[in-house]
Amino acid sequence: MIAAACAFAMITISISIMLNIYRLIIGPAVTDRILALDTMVINAIGLVVLIGIVFGSAIYFEAALLFAMVGFVSTVAFCKFLLRGNVIE
Amino acid sequence: MAAIVEWASAAFIVIGGIFLFVGSFGLAKLPDTMRRLHGPTKATTLGIGSLLIASMIYFVLLHQAAGIHEILITLFLFLTAPVSANMIAKAHIFRNEEARRTLPQDAGGSGWATLAAAPNAQEPSHGRGL
Repeated sequence: MIAAACAFAMITISISIMLNIYRLIIGPAVTDRILALDTMVINAIGLVVLIGIVFGSAIYFEAALLFAMVGFVSTVAFCKFLLRGNVIE
Repeated sequence: MAAIVEWASAAFIVIGGIFLFVGSFGLAKLPDTMRRLHGPTKATTLGIGSLLIASMIYFVLLHQAAGIHEILITLFLFLTAPVSANMIAKAHIFRNEEARRTLPQDAGGSGWATLAAAPNAQEPSHGRGL
């Protein structure tokens, strides 16, 4: 049951990452591309959590937590750069 | 008991996968940036929360102990998603002349995203604080 659910979720998340890459490539504005990268990081966290469930191992959660933190910081840094032309003033 | 936990965990995994897909589909399909913000910031956050709940339930079954890591990730994502959405919206307003023109008037009169200081901002006080 868990294996089937994980396979389903991995398929949907893979399709989601492809949709994000589509938006990342065609996105007309640069903010669309930042948004696509942010969503891609969240999808990657989902994949890491699913891999942790499939392998029954708890060490993947540190990776997921690091992904969450780095993704947030990079999104804020991109937006800050667009707003101010500088990341750390 | 184990069967119920496994079913619940599988259900949460499926719900999470569907919500992640819906958020990303909205990102790809909706017509402009302000509308595209809705998909990732709401549906995707809900989906990742559902996946983390599934993981918590499953690890209770597997190790007879709930992890604190999932709660940390959920809390962090739920706190940071609105902040990053606000930053992206501000950058979009700042860079897009048409968005600034069509938005309603803000209370301060300085615009929704500007490089100017706030009208009633204090001068930085030297020699005090820190």
